[in-house]
Amino acid sequence: MKRFSFSSIMLWVGLVFIYLPMVILVIYSFNASRLVTVWGGWSVKWYVGLLDNTQLMNSVMRSLEIACYTAIAAVALGTLAAFVLTRITHFKGRTLFGGLVTAPLVMPEVITGLSLLLLFVLMAQLIGWPMQRGMTTIWIAHTTFCSAYVAVVVSSRLRELDMSIEEAAMDLGARPWKVFFLITVPMIAPSLAAGAMMSFALSLDDLVLASFVSGPGATTLPMEIFSAVRLGVKPEINAVASLILLAVSFATFLAWFFAHRAEEKRKKAMQQAMDETANPSWQQVVDSRRNPSSN
Amino acid sequence: MKPSKLARYLPTGRHAVIGIPFLWLFMFFLLPFIIVLKISFAEADVAIPPYTEIYQWADNKLTLLLNLGNYIFLTEDALYLSAYLGSLQIAFFSTLLCLLIGYPMAYAIARAPKEHQTVLLLLIMMPTWTAILIRVYAWMGILGNNGLLNSLLMGIGLIDTPLQILNTNTAVYIGVVYSYLPFMILPLYANLVKHDLSLLEAASDLGSSNFNNFWKITVPLSKNGIIAGSMLVFIPVVGEFVIPELLGGPETLMIGKVLWQEFFNNRDWPVASALAVVMLAILIVPIILFNRNQAKELEGRP
Repeated sequence: MKRFSFSSIMLWVGLVFIYLPMVILVIYSFNASRLVTVWGGWSVKWYVGLLDNTQLMNSVMRSLEIACYTAIAAVALGTLAAFVLTRITHFKGRTLFGGLVTAPLVMPEVITGLSLLLLFVLMAQLIGWPMQRGMTTIWIAHTTFCSAYVAVVVSSRLRELDMSIEEAAMDLGARPWKVFFLITVPMIAPSLAAGAMMSFALSLDDLVLASFVSGPGATTLPMEIFSAVRLGVKPEINAVASLILLAVSFATFLAWFFAHRAEEKRKKAMQQAMDETANPSWQQVVDSRRNPSSN
Repeated sequence: MKPSKLARYLPTGRHAVIGIPFLWLFMFFLLPFIIVLKISFAEADVAIPPYTEIYQWADNKLTLLLNLGNYIFLTEDALYLSAYLGSLQIAFFSTLLCLLIGYPMAYAIARAPKEHQTVLLLLIMMPTWTAILIRVYAWMGILGNNGLLNSLLMGIGLIDTPLQILNTNTAVYIGVVYSYLPFMILPLYANLVKHDLSLLEAASDLGSSNFNNFWKITVPLSKNGIIAGSMLVFIPVVGEFVIPELLGGPETLMIGKVLWQEFFNNRDWPVASALAVVMLAILIVPIILFNRNQAKELEGRP
């Protein structure tokens, strides 16, 4: 088919367009020459130099710490929101709730950043907290927008789930919270992991929100990079940027790989269990195979 | 199970489950906008925080003082109007470009063999998890006057003097399309992969051409995907700061950059707030459109 080949070519061209700049960046981070365009042979001196840069290292540790807390909080909050959106279909203010969950996905960061900062300033005036803006305020900002991403990922998984397993547990007398933790959470675990990874990466990357709500002495890694990048391309920045690219790519790949494997295993196990426990009448086995989504 | 016990248990648990995320989002997402609105009516002041209070309580009288000066100021200076128009223009054309590039890509992934799809999707998704800052920075090294692209073009003798690409709107377009392309592809793919291919077969059997099939069946069916993808690109790009700051030049007027400068360089919080309020007023229609589309998706409605 003609159109198929056109779209395939576009796909490959697009993928090259997406990855080529990053590959070039990583290659040039090993450039021995200080000049950006002159290739001076391979070298790791820019990477070694990073270790002596204590200011940068501090900001790396700070960013990692914030990203950790953000991932935990965003998964908890986002999962709750997803659960409400998919399982509780009728309550007052549901439309508003749905809007509040999805709007942070598209809201320009300058607006959220500015509005959160003004909130923190007002709160400090009224109740004396937060006295100083810093890691806590950045964490709140990141948790808010990351939980929206988690909610989208988790709710799409929750919708696919077969409710009859939860209903069966409920019929057997399990309390809702018990059903949630013993039945629902294990079944949506891969998407919880994906959501956590995503929040971690998003938090690690964020420049705009952090710049607005951060205070003195709480410079995150993107802020540090940004202030250096503004002045132009530098080999040290190439090295940091490459490290982040490689670390995030590697981590996402691992997360995806394990989630994928767990999912395959679970599907296989379920299929097996169905086959073993199903009434051995010929018709039922055929039905369960023909319609695997209802297993 | 005793129903009375269940009935007593459920409401509280249910309220907590709804209440926790609701309160958090209300507190840290909705309430701040109201404060922005309030401060956009204040006056800049040399104080901490650098704005005046809009209401006063004195002699048993509550006075509310709404200063419209910030909004009037925005209309008086042509800079702001052209920044809004510039943002909308760049957002519109880059959304169009993303759609033109992203649709065939999403289509190719959706029609690829099942076992390839997950890998291809991961390849598209991975960049969105790495910093936009770093991916934009990579382009700075490529597009610069003595950057890789110019060296390459001069090396093969295509041009004699370096092309000025960095610090122009062209560079901004490249950066925006590059950074936001995955956000267009992912919802489009999610939509395209659900299509019932037998419709296309039926149309072909009845003598419809491939192009006709695509235009009359695939495109209309993917309407929701197109809306979701376009909104995911258009709305954030209008307020984009990093890309115009790093790749754009003096000719690049974008509202996100102007707001940043008002806030951080001029320390004029009320004017920055007014800029944000106007930006939000412009974006509220696309945001509601996106939310409704998203709500349909979240509930699995067609």
